[in-house]
Amino acid sequence: MKAKLLVFAYGNLSRGDDALAPLLAETIEQDFSGDLQLEVLTDFQLQIEHALDIEGRELVLFMDASVNSTEIFTLSELQAEKDKSYTTHAMSPASVLQVYQDIIKTPLPPCFLLTIQGMAFELGEPLSAEAQSNLKQAQAFIMPLLHRPELNFWREQCTGAACFA
Amino acid sequence: MYENLETANNPDNLKRVVVDPVSRVEGHGKVTLLLDENNKVQQARLHIVEFRGFEKFIQGRPYWELPVLVQRLCGICPVSHHLAAAKAIDQLVGVDPENLPPAADKLRRLLHFGQILQSHSLHFFHLASPDLLFGFESDISKRNIFAVLNEYSDIGLQGVKLRKYGQEVIRMVSGKRIHGTGAIAGGMNKPLTKAERDYLLEDVDQMIAWSAGAVELVQKVLQSNRPYYDEFATVPTSYLGLTKENGGLEFYHGGIRAKDALGNLLMNNVDYCKYNDYIHEEVRSWTYMKFPYLTALGVDKGSYRVGPLARMNICDSIDTPLAEQARLIFKLHSDNPMVHSTLAFHWARLIEVLHCAESIKNLLHDPDILSSDLEVQGEKRFEGIGVIEAPRGTLFHHYQVDENDIVTKANLIVSTTSNNQAMNESVRQVAAEYLSGQELTEPLLNNVEVAIRAYDPCLSCATHAVGKMPLQLELVDAQGEVVDKLIKHNDGHVERAG
Repeated sequence: MKAKLLVFAYGNLSRGDDALAPLLAETIEQDFSGDLQLEVLTDFQLQIEHALDIEGRELVLFMDASVNSTEIFTLSELQAEKDKSYTTHAMSPASVLQVYQDIIKTPLPPCFLLTIQGMAFELGEPLSAEAQSNLKQAQAFIMPLLHRPELNFWREQCTGAACFA
Repeated sequence: MYENLETANNPDNLKRVVVDPVSRVEGHGKVTLLLDENNKVQQARLHIVEFRGFEKFIQGRPYWELPVLVQRLCGICPVSHHLAAAKAIDQLVGVDPENLPPAADKLRRLLHFGQILQSHSLHFFHLASPDLLFGFESDISKRNIFAVLNEYSDIGLQGVKLRKYGQEVIRMVSGKRIHGTGAIAGGMNKPLTKAERDYLLEDVDQMIAWSAGAVELVQKVLQSNRPYYDEFATVPTSYLGLTKENGGLEFYHGGIRAKDALGNLLMNNVDYCKYNDYIHEEVRSWTYMKFPYLTALGVDKGSYRVGPLARMNICDSIDTPLAEQARLIFKLHSDNPMVHSTLAFHWARLIEVLHCAESIKNLLHDPDILSSDLEVQGEKRFEGIGVIEAPRGTLFHHYQVDENDIVTKANLIVSTTSNNQAMNESVRQVAAEYLSGQELTEPLLNNVEVAIRAYDPCLSCATHAVGKMPLQLELVDAQGEVVDKLIKHNDGHVERAG
């Protein structure tokens, strides 16, 4: 039986602030240890197979770090879209949702993206001081949502527009 | 037969066509073609343009870090490096393969079957199947897994799910789909739980059925246009790999066997710890990838192929029934003892997927798989060699440590490296037979990539040597004239040219 709520963090622990999402995932996993209604998965990049991880869920939260973000963190509801990333091995979450719609015959569950602002993604670097602060704020924001996995409540908490990337 | 195309006589006067990057392979490589005024190909080369240096920078690290460190060679076949390194460091703690606890041995094999299943599925369905299903010169918009999912939705979805299943096997054993941990010196670090075993058992029969279907699919495709597919990029070579003592197909532990192009045994059940007596590597000035060869046959005639096609050609049997049945049909494809068709790599690869799925089921039903007796230790040694059959072929890891357990020397012969000579010959064959004299177009150039893709090269893994790289340094003035040139040769000798 799959957990109703999936938290999917992607990023590279060895690349500075790109570790933001996997590190937050570790905290969530500890906090929800033993809770069969929430599953945490992590990977380096998004690929086609991850569409299958979404199947059978009621709510999905993707988490990623971004150097392009101007906010400390952003929560957006995702829409499926076939963008150019589909030919790469670093797909966007929107493109993964498009794969889901193409191959899975059941309706796509509501999916959200938590973007956390990162500063530098250099190989072998630790988390920057700014990213550590951003991580704490993002954690404080997302934990109450995970404890209340209700679609309308999550939509009310969105800080960004519907997201296609 | 096409050796004359390795180096043109007057390269400066020829037109240059570059396929860069070679797509739908792991890592970064490019192909250069030099053409004369009639578009006749005068030179064709596969270049590996990335450089890693793993053998150098793992020196100075404690040996127990190796199985985790070397996984970073690759995101596609990290488990192969993890297990080859683990087998090597088993020896550093005095543990030979036959002394590993049965549960640890079986968990490693389960992990390895999961790895080969996912890697082969990724390669065939995601990367290679568009060429085979839509045609080598089909519209570029079709040459991707999305087009397969749209037009052959059942096949595409089965491929995606097969790969996912292999990844789940890896996750259950090592904690993560990519770069998990599992093997340690002398064993494994955690048992498989009953819940994890049962989770994997849920879908295993479906995976066997889909794998069998995939074997039938590729057989049908390759037999649909026989002379063409049989001869495309085909080069008769020797083959090398591990086998069981009885000559059976083996991925995790066995002796080295090699056969020549006619099927004659060149090596049989050779202890892989003596690989240095049988295999040497040549460095050439125009590529970062080395050229291994069998020393007994010499540098000119000693190149060999590894990987699925090699394993099918050298083994006498497969110990799972459906895969063995498929192997027997495969062998009938050729009138000769050996199947040399380069595109038959795909067929052999899918037979191995089927074997992996059957073997995973067998291991999951083995009572040892849930045992927590997972580690042994012995007397410390200063040298360890681990060899396995990775998805792309025989993988050698060789380490030496000092009295403080620090790595002092490392040598890796990565699977793709062994196919370097054959890949280049396939590129030259395709260039000469299908491209030469034609107006080159993008679809036509895809033929070159189809040839390379059949080998499923992992170029990231294959470029790890340091210190022997030939270098050329040019000083160019504002008018573009070369005013000075330094060349560093393979042996380290530096000369000023021009």
